[in-house]
Amino acid sequence: MIYLLLFWEFFKIGVFAIGGGLSTLPFLYQLSDKYGWFTNSELTNMIAVSESTPGPLGANMATYAGYHTAGIGGSFFANLGLVLPSIIIVIIVCQFLSRFNENTKVQNAFWGLRPAVVGLIAAVAVSLIQIAIFTGINSGLFGTVDVKALILFAVMLPLIFIFKKHPVFYIAIAAVVGIVCKL
Amino acid sequence: MTQLRQLLEIIWTFFKIGALTFGGGYSMLPMLQRETVERQHWLDENKLADYFALSQCLPGLIAVNMAVMIGYQQKKTAGAVAAVIGVVLPSFVVILIVAALLSNYMHIAAVASAFAGIRVAVAALVIYSVYGMFKNGVKDWVAFVIFIVALILMLLFNISPIPVIIGAAIAGILIGQMRMCR
Repeated sequence: MIYLLLFWEFFKIGVFAIGGGLSTLPFLYQLSDKYGWFTNSELTNMIAVSESTPGPLGANMATYAGYHTAGIGGSFFANLGLVLPSIIIVIIVCQFLSRFNENTKVQNAFWGLRPAVVGLIAAVAVSLIQIAIFTGINSGLFGTVDVKALILFAVMLPLIFIFKKHPVFYIAIAAVVGIVCKL
Repeated sequence: MTQLRQLLEIIWTFFKIGALTFGGGYSMLPMLQRETVERQHWLDENKLADYFALSQCLPGLIAVNMAVMIGYQQKKTAGAVAAVIGVVLPSFVVILIVAALLSNYMHIAAVASAFAGIRVAVAALVIYSVYGMFKNGVKDWVAFVIFIVALILMLLFNISPIPVIIGAAIAGILIGQMRMCR
């Protein structure tokens, strides 16, 4: 039954997550709330692993979340659910490819949809900051600040904006800092 | 027999693309171009650009959508399925290994500390991505209102993303029609 549930939840993600990898995040965040399959802090670990390993981000996330929930079978059904809508929808759209893009209704729908997707991912970003920098989230909205994590964040953020290096680079640095400073 | 060989060729080509791109989406474009345009001559640059633009608008992962389009163009539905298997397989194998290792080593203090640091980096990286998407997708005040509403609904009311996405699409269609009538 857990396989069927994983398949169904990831099928919904495959249908509604538009704009690639990161847009699966709000859905996964919702899943951790709804089923408790993984904690929010495990979700952040998944993002890190998915960003540091080859392959499409969404497929990495599905494999990781599925494995975390129900082992290798879970990974399989999560991925199957995720890619099936793509196969069906894209093949249908391929039949009338030119008309789809030119349709003004389709264009307007995407015009409204894009900022909403950014808003949803921004909400996840706020939660990720909570998880990374604050300890004891349950005691109030933000809990207590972890000073070492806050300093690392304050240094990291401008570096990312200035140097625009590959995510793996920053993840590796943060891992070393984490070990050295005993975060 | 040649049918099977062609399908294996599709799987292998997309396996290489999946295995050698980090992060998916835009970062896979150079690999896609080298393998499908320059090596296999399955399509030309213009068609690749068209497919890529369309992949971003359609539901699902960009990499998977690209795989379906190119695979379908080559060998219809069987080709699409072969391409998807190829592009997802590296993720599947690599992540399974990493996930299995991690659950065995997570209790070690140094590993836990490393991930505490990594979580900080991930938060900062996602903020950077959101900034880029915001610059591209939120260009006038109506779009900004949609952005804020979606942010608040998700953050404060913990609503499922599905009604937000459907609502925003409908709002986009309605606003577009109002603008045309004016």
